[in-house]
Amino acid sequence: MKRLKIAATALAIGAVVAPAQAEDIKIGVISILEGAFASLGQDGIRGAELAVKEAGGVVDGQSIDVITMSSDASPDSAVNAARKLIEQDNVDILVGPLSGSEGIALRDLSKSYPDITFINGSSAAQDTTLRDSSENFFRFGGDGAQWMVGVGQYAYEEMGYKSVAVVAEDYSFPYTQVLGFMSEYCSAGGRVPEKFWTPIGNKDYSSVVYSIPDDVDAIFVALGGADAVNFLTQYDQAGGDKPIIGGSITIDSSILESKGPFKNLLIGAPAGTPTVSDYEGDEWIAFTALYNEAYPDGFSAPSIFAHHYYMGAKAAMLALDEVDGSLDDGQQAFRAALTDLEFVTPTGGTMRLDENRNGIIDNFVTEVYEREDGSLGTRVVKVVRDVNQVLGQDPEIFLASGPVSRDNPSCP
Amino acid sequence: MRLFLIVTLNGLTLAALYFLAASGFSLIFGLMRTVNMAHGALLLLGGYVGYDVVELTGSWMLGIACGGLAAALAGAAVQAGILGWMQGDELRQTLASIAISIVLADLMLWYWGGITYQVSLPDILSGGQKLPLLGVGYANIRLALMAFAVVVGVMLWFLIQRTRFGAVIRAGVDDQDMLRALGFPIGRIFIAVFALGSALAGMAGVIAASALSISPGTDLQFLLSSLVVVIVGGMGSIGGAALGALLVGLAEQYGLAYAPTYGVVFTFGIMVLILAVRPQGLMGRSEQ
Repeated sequence: MKRLKIAATALAIGAVVAPAQAEDIKIGVISILEGAFASLGQDGIRGAELAVKEAGGVVDGQSIDVITMSSDASPDSAVNAARKLIEQDNVDILVGPLSGSEGIALRDLSKSYPDITFINGSSAAQDTTLRDSSENFFRFGGDGAQWMVGVGQYAYEEMGYKSVAVVAEDYSFPYTQVLGFMSEYCSAGGRVPEKFWTPIGNKDYSSVVYSIPDDVDAIFVALGGADAVNFLTQYDQAGGDKPIIGGSITIDSSILESKGPFKNLLIGAPAGTPTVSDYEGDEWIAFTALYNEAYPDGFSAPSIFAHHYYMGAKAAMLALDEVDGSLDDGQQAFRAALTDLEFVTPTGGTMRLDENRNGIIDNFVTEVYEREDGSLGTRVVKVVRDVNQVLGQDPEIFLASGPVSRDNPSCP
Repeated sequence: MRLFLIVTLNGLTLAALYFLAASGFSLIFGLMRTVNMAHGALLLLGGYVGYDVVELTGSWMLGIACGGLAAALAGAAVQAGILGWMQGDELRQTLASIAISIVLADLMLWYWGGITYQVSLPDILSGGQKLPLLGVGYANIRLALMAFAVVVGVMLWFLIQRTRFGAVIRAGVDDQDMLRALGFPIGRIFIAVFALGSALAGMAGVIAASALSISPGTDLQFLLSSLVVVIVGGMGSIGGAALGALLVGLAEQYGLAYAPTYGVVFTFGIMVLILAVRPQGLMGRSEQ
C-alpha cells in the first residue's frame, strides 16, 4: 500500500513537471496579491501577461511560461518570492516587484543570481538603480522623482505658489517624490518652509493639520490611498482652505471617487504621474483597447501598475525576440539587447535606458477638474518627454547632493 | 500654547475612540480570560456594515446600531461555534482567534474591496465648531465622539455595577467554578458577554469610519491599540481601559505634533514602563 502511494506520488509529480520542457522560457512575475494592494497588484500581473499574450506567447518557437508569485509589500517577502521562483520553478527572467523598498531588496538579491535577469515592475525608489546599481537589474520605467517632473515649475509659474508646506509619508518612495517636486520648485524660486513626515497608515492627522503654517500658499501632499483621504478630510473639517498639490499616488481614483466635502479642495489641484487612465494619445487608446479586450473584468483602463509591468514584460519579449530566444551565454546577449532596446511606450514616447539601466520616460502634469455631473476627473495639462533619472541636471552635481532623506533636499 | 491645547483636545478625542474599541476587548478578557485577537476584525466588520446601512437609509444612528448588531452576531457566532469548544485553554483560543481574524479580513477584502470607506455624517455633525478661547475651527464629529465615549463608559459602568447581569459577570470574573456550581448557564453568559464586547467593537468601527476612515489594515491597527490600552490600563477593568486609552491617545498626539518621527516610540515606551513597574496594568488586579 505504502509503495503504491509512493508510486502514485511520483507519478503525480512527474505529471506536473512533464509539460514544462527544458526548451521553454520561464518568466516569473512578482506582485502584491494579498492585503490592501491585492486588486492593484493583480492589475500588475495583467500588464505582464498582456505583453506575453501580445507576442502570441511564443518566441522563435519556444513557448513562454508565466509563473506568478505574491509578495506583501515587505522587502523580505519579495526576496522569498524571488528565491522560490528561481530555485524551485527555475525561471530565467523575473519581472517585479510592485513597491519601493521591495525593489531595493530585489536589486540586492540580483547580485547573488548573476545568471538571472531581473526586470523591475512598478517599484519606484530612486536608489534601486541610481546608487549601487546591479548589472542584471533593469527598470523600464521611472522613479518617484521622475514622476513629479513638471509639477514644481507648474506650481510656481502657472499657479503662482511662492511657498509650500509638505505632508508626506515617512519612507523611501515619498522622499523620492518630494525630491522630484522640490528640485524643480526650489530652483524656480519657491520655498518649502516646513515638511511633515507621518507614519504610513496614520489615522489621526489633526495635530499635523494645526501645525501647518498660515503663510504658505499651498500644501504638497504625498500620501497614498486611505492616508490621503484621512488627511484631506481632517484638514477640511478643521476649516483648512489652502490649495493642494498631489503626488503620483495621491490623486487616484480611490480619492476622486470617495465622498465628502473635502473634494472641493482638490478641484484644480496639479499632480505628477507617468500614467493617466483617460489620456487621449493614440498609443494609449490602443493599449487600453488591448487591455479591455484581454481583461473584460479588469479596471476600465490600465492602472499605473498594469502600465509598468507591461513595459517591463514587453521589454523582455522584444529583447528575447532579438536574440532568437537564446539565453545560452549566461544571458549576456539578452542583456545587451535589453540595454540597447528602444520601443514606443503606451504613452507615445520612446522607452530607452540610461547607463544605470533606468528608463527615460514620459511624464504628465495633470489637473483635477469637476465634470458636469459633479464627479471629479483628471486631465492632462502638460506632457514632459524624455525625463531621465537625474532630472536633466548634470549627473555629478545630482549625485553629489546625496541620497534623499527627510532633510534632503531642503529650501526653507 | 494654542497648539498645545489643540493637540490635547485631539489626544482626548483619539482616546475616546480607543476607549470604545478597547472596552469590549477588556470586558471579554476580564470574564473569560480569552485574548480575542479577532476583535479588530469585528470592529472593521461593524464599520463596513455601518457604512452600507448609512448609504442605504441615510440614518447615521441606525448605521451605528446595525454596525454594533452585526459585530455582536458575528462575535456570538465565534464564541458559540469556535472559541466555546476550547474554553479554559487560553493559548488555543488565542491562536484560533488569530485564524478567525485572518479569515474574516480576507472575506471582507473580497466583499468590500481594498478601497477606503468613509461614512457620510448627518448635517448636525459635519462641519466644525468655532472654539471659544482658541479661535480655531474644530470638527463637530470629534466633539460628539468624546460625548459618545463618556455615555458608553457610564452605561457600561451602570451595567456592570448596578444590574443583575453585571453582578453575574463580576461573579464570573472572581470565581467561575462557583458560579457554575450555583447553576448559572455559564456557556450562555459567555456568549452574551462576547456579543456585548463585539457590539462595542462594531459601534467603534462605525464611529472610526465617520471620524477617520476604514480600509483593510484598520482591523490590525485597532487590535494593536486595544492591546496596548488594556496592557497599560489593566486587563479586564473598564476604568483601566479608560485610563489606558487616555494615556495612549495623548502620547500619540503629542508625539505626532512635537516629535513626528518618534511618535510611536512614546506609546510603546509607556507600555514598556508599565510592564516593568506594574505588569498587571495601572488598574489591574494581580493574578493569585
